[in-house]
Order: sequence, then C-alpha cells, then structure tokens
Amino acid sequence: MHLFNELTNYQQPSEEGYYGQYGGAYIPEMLYSNVETLKTQYLQIMDDPAFKAEVAALLKDYVGRPTPLFYAERLSAEIGAKIYLKREDLCHTGAHKINNTVGQIILAQRLGKKKIIAETGAGQHGVATATVCALKGMECVVYMGEKDIERQAPNVARMKMLGATVVPAKSGSKTLKDATNEAIRAWINEPDTTHYIIGSVVGPHPYPDMVARFQSVISTEMRTQLEAVTGSQLPTHVVACVGGGSNAAGAFYHYLNEPSVELVAVEAAGHGVYSGMSAATTQLGSAGILHGSKSIVMQTKDGQVVEPHSISAGLDYPGIGPLHAFLYESKRGTFMSATDEAALEWAFHLSEIEGIIPALETAHAFAVLPEMNLKPTDVVIVCLSGRGDKDLATYMQAMDIK
Amino acid sequence: MSRLTELFEQKNKRVLNVYCTAGYPQLNSTMEVMESLQKNGANIIELGMPYSDPLADGEVIQNSSLAALENGMTIDALFEQLATMRTSIHIPVVLMGYMNPILQYGFELFCKKAKLLGVDGLILPDLPLYEFEQVYGSTIKANDLDFIFLVTPETPETRLRKLDSLSSGFLYAVSSSATTGTDKDFTKVAKYLERLKSMQLTNPFLVGFGIKDKASFDAVNVYANGAIIGSAYIQALSKGKDVETTTKTFLEGVLSN
Repeated sequence: MHLFNELTNYQQPSEEGYYGQYGGAYIPEMLYSNVETLKTQYLQIMDDPAFKAEVAALLKDYVGRPTPLFYAERLSAEIGAKIYLKREDLCHTGAHKINNTVGQIILAQRLGKKKIIAETGAGQHGVATATVCALKGMECVVYMGEKDIERQAPNVARMKMLGATVVPAKSGSKTLKDATNEAIRAWINEPDTTHYIIGSVVGPHPYPDMVARFQSVISTEMRTQLEAVTGSQLPTHVVACVGGGSNAAGAFYHYLNEPSVELVAVEAAGHGVYSGMSAATTQLGSAGILHGSKSIVMQTKDGQVVEPHSISAGLDYPGIGPLHAFLYESKRGTFMSATDEAALEWAFHLSEIEGIIPALETAHAFAVLPEMNLKPTDVVIVCLSGRGDKDLATYMQAMDIK
Repeated sequence: MSRLTELFEQKNKRVLNVYCTAGYPQLNSTMEVMESLQKNGANIIELGMPYSDPLADGEVIQNSSLAALENGMTIDALFEQLATMRTSIHIPVVLMGYMNPILQYGFELFCKKAKLLGVDGLILPDLPLYEFEQVYGSTIKANDLDFIFLVTPETPETRLRKLDSLSSGFLYAVSSSATTGTDKDFTKVAKYLERLKSMQLTNPFLVGFGIKDKASFDAVNVYANGAIIGSAYIQALSKGKDVETTTKTFLEGVLSN
C-alpha cells in the first residue's frame, strides 16, 4: 500500500498526496468539497501562464526577489568550507513565508474566495498572510495561540495594523498546534467563501505539495545564482531549519533529485533532544496523524499529541511535513538538531561576524555547521530563512544575562 | 443481524442517539452515564474516545475530551470499563473517535477487542473514504463492526451514494458543514434533509450537529429517522448535579410530547 515508486521523483507525491507512507488527507467529510476542489485545481492553476506571470511579478516587485546568495567570508574561514547564505531574511515582511502567501492569495482569488484564514506560531506567516490580504483587499483572520500572542507582541501589532483580525486559540496548549486546529475548525464552519492559507508543508494533501511548490522559488534561484559564482548549480550541502518544514522544502526542492547534494534538516532540540523539553520530531516521534496528514508526530504511547518545546515559536511544532518524514525515513535527508542555547549563541555569533541578525528559527541551521565535518572544498548553502527583528526581546534578555 | 439494523427494523422514526465522552465527567462515569442514557430513553449510545486534537469538535466536546484525558482515560482504560458492558446495556453502542489513538493502539486489535466487548459500530470522522477503501475498511468489516460515514449538504450525490453503500447501521447526516455544538437554522437544513429522504438511501439516516433540544429534535425528525445529540448533553452534564438526575431531566425535555 502507498509504496513509493523509487523511479518517480521526490518532488511529486502520489495522486493521493503520499510520499512513501506519509501524507494523504485525513479530513472530516465537512472539508471534503473544499480540499477536493483544491486538489483537482491547484496544479492546473499553478501551471497557467497568466497565474505564473502574476506571481512572478509580485515576487519581483513586491517581495523583492530574487533574494541574494551571499558568500559569507568570515564564517567560511571559521568553519573551513565555502558557505553561502540564501538571504530570505531580505524578503518583504522579513522571512520566506511570503513566497507562499503571495501564491496562495492569487490562487484563492482564482477559486473565487472572499476571505482568508491562517494559523501562525511566531507570527511570521500571520504577518505574511495579513500583508497579501491587505494588498488584495481580502478579509483576513489569523488564529494564534494565546501563549504565542503574549510572546510575539510586535507581530500581533503588525497583523492588526495590516487590518487582520487576530483570534486567540485558547484550546489545548494554546500554541501553534492549537492555532492550526482552530483554523481548520474555522474553515469547517465557513467552507464556501473561505480559503485557508496553511503556512507550512503540513496539512491534508494538496497543501504539503502546493506549499513546497510555492517555496521552491528559493532553490530555483539558488541553482542559477550558485552557477554564476562557482560554475556549478550544485552545492555539496544545503542546510535549513525545520519546524513544519517550509523553508527547508523550498531550499531542498530543486535538489531533491540530485543525489550528490546532501540535504541537512535541523530540528529544534530545545533543552536537549531527550530532556522532555524538545521539538526534535524525527528523533522523538513516530508515525501518526496530525492536522490532516500522516507523518511523524510527537505523541504519547496512547496516541495523544504532546506539547513540544523550542525557544523559537516557529519550530515549536509536534509534527513535520510528510515530505520531510519521507526524506528522514528514506535517508535522503540528514536530520540534525540544535538546542535553544546553541541557537541563541549562533544568533549572536552570526550577528558579530557577518553583520546579519537572524531569526531564532534560522539560527538553529547555523548551529550545526561545526558538527558537519566539512572540508575546504565543500560548498554549503544555508537557507537564512528570516531576520531577527521579531526576536529582539529574547535577544535583549540574553544580553542582560550575559 | 447487527443490533443497529435490528433497532431500525423495530423503530425507524425518532431514533435518539446520544453522544457522551468516555471518562467524563469522572474517569469512572462511563458506565453510569451509559446506563442512565439507556434507562431514560436513548436508543443508541455514541461513546466518544477522547483525543488531544479533535478537529471536528466544537468547544464543549473539546473541553470534555480534555477533561477525560486529564482524568486518565485511554483506550485500554475504556476497554476495561466496558468489560461487562453487555450485562447491563442492551441498546446499540457506537464508538466515536479520531484515527491517531487507534493507530497507536493497533487498528486490527482495536476492532477485535471492540467487537468482543459488544461494540456495534464505529464513527471515525478523520478516516476518509479513500483510506477506508484502500486500507481500513476490510479490517472493520472482517470484525463485523458497522461503519458509519458522515455526509454533509455539500457532499455530491455520487459520493453520497457511495458513502451510503459503504456504511452500515445508519448514515450520519451532518446538518451543515460545521463543527459540533454550532447553532443551526433548521428551516435552512430542511431542504437538504428532504433531498436525503427522497434519495431512498440504503441506510436510515440520523441528523447530527446542532441538535440540542425538543424543537431541533422534532424539526429534523420530519425527514430523518432520528437524530444525534452531543454537545447539549455534555453541557448539561458539566453543569448538572448528578448523572442520573441530569440525564433524566435532559432526555425528558427532548422526548416530551
């Protein structure tokens, strides 16, 4: 059942959205019509030249793409390999999240939807959604865990300034997992007029594939940009942090079928993988169903989903996209993790040696570089998924302690 | 013949299915609640197995699920509570739950044990048609359990007929696309129920989501074979003094002439 054909490529899940045993659409009948419409139309819409042109124009003139591929000279010298940074932090709104929301808002318009709902953890996806809704004059409601609303106040203010309604998710643990539940429930209650913009490569098929495709612009650019400076489109490694896995999916996408390129996914280890305060899903989880797809899920032996911990709200998620679960299981991906402490340290270190303040999520990706046993001939691209403005409060606290 | 089929042969009007959450309000309330429901006129018991992330449920059932989990409810604990269920419960019992806890328990083992304890059927809202046909349906059928699919006003006719043909016991007609516990305007729902009735489905159908009192129960019974009450009963339990008094008052209200 659901056997993955080794000859097909990693970029294309099966018709029912399976990557190996992971994926699918485990949704209540109330969502069937909406998800089915998306499933039958997304590829066709995304393939339409007029749609492509509209997305490309916005990515260029509104988001500011292509984002630079920057050779990090001091970091390279320190690590002992050639390290390039894909500067998604320079996107409008400060992270890669907007690549997806630009695509999905135009898709929602094509589907005749009037209202947008979204979930958000750190608030980056919420801000990116509120931004494109303002741009297109669409109503926007963002579900956000009550706890995250407290710890990400600047992003809550941004969303409100952009005209979005921010609804606190008060159920369960009051974080990203519950915000996602609330958004799905809201969609169930208003299926006709509403489109749900999921922010990561999670959720029922076709979301994981659709979001990966919208984010794949990252690796499309990486290939041409790297070729221009090194003569080859292929690095030896691509490194990205993974919560649900959207920036990693985008950075890996056009390298998935290039076996010479090692794909390194970095999960949040919190206080340490086995500390009981961690979000390293592939290390701690097992096969399960969460938010409409089968993947690797952190859960009790009774199948109740457990609350993860990470210093970064964006990686504080007990699941992982089904594509990544498959990359883990098939060993196509290398999965590593970084603790809260290491991420914080690297947020400061990168600021000091390259003049770039990264988001806490992104800092996890840098923290594994010293452990990768890199050679001077290695060419590494790190996806610098977001900037650190939103984490200033955490950084200020850390400086006080120092 | 399954208990559900037998029930509908004897009574195909105003069948009342009441939902309760296993392990709520107290861990050991399960049997007491079920016995009380049977005694006071429920025809079917839909026993909910609590899950941390119940997508199709509104706030009331989410809260009862969370409370039940905090009380220590698990599938193992539930099966222990149901060990002698059939010495006192004679009406059909249907288990409702989400896929993940069942997968961790082991799907086949779950079906086997449920059948052994005298459970009659399953309602699994996040087990979609495709997965049912590819993977899980055969196990359910092999264990002689009825499976009840949900249909909504948006379910296209060909799909609805298919869901009906794969269901047994009854069909669960969701009053409108919504989570549980949402208020409904039943004049709007009437058209959809009339259509369902005219389709001459293989299974009897019960209407659920938004049925909360005598008025809504009566309204859908013009077309349906009966209805399912969930959130309203859980709410009553959460506020009531003791299970028996609460259940008696609640069901008398719904079933009064």
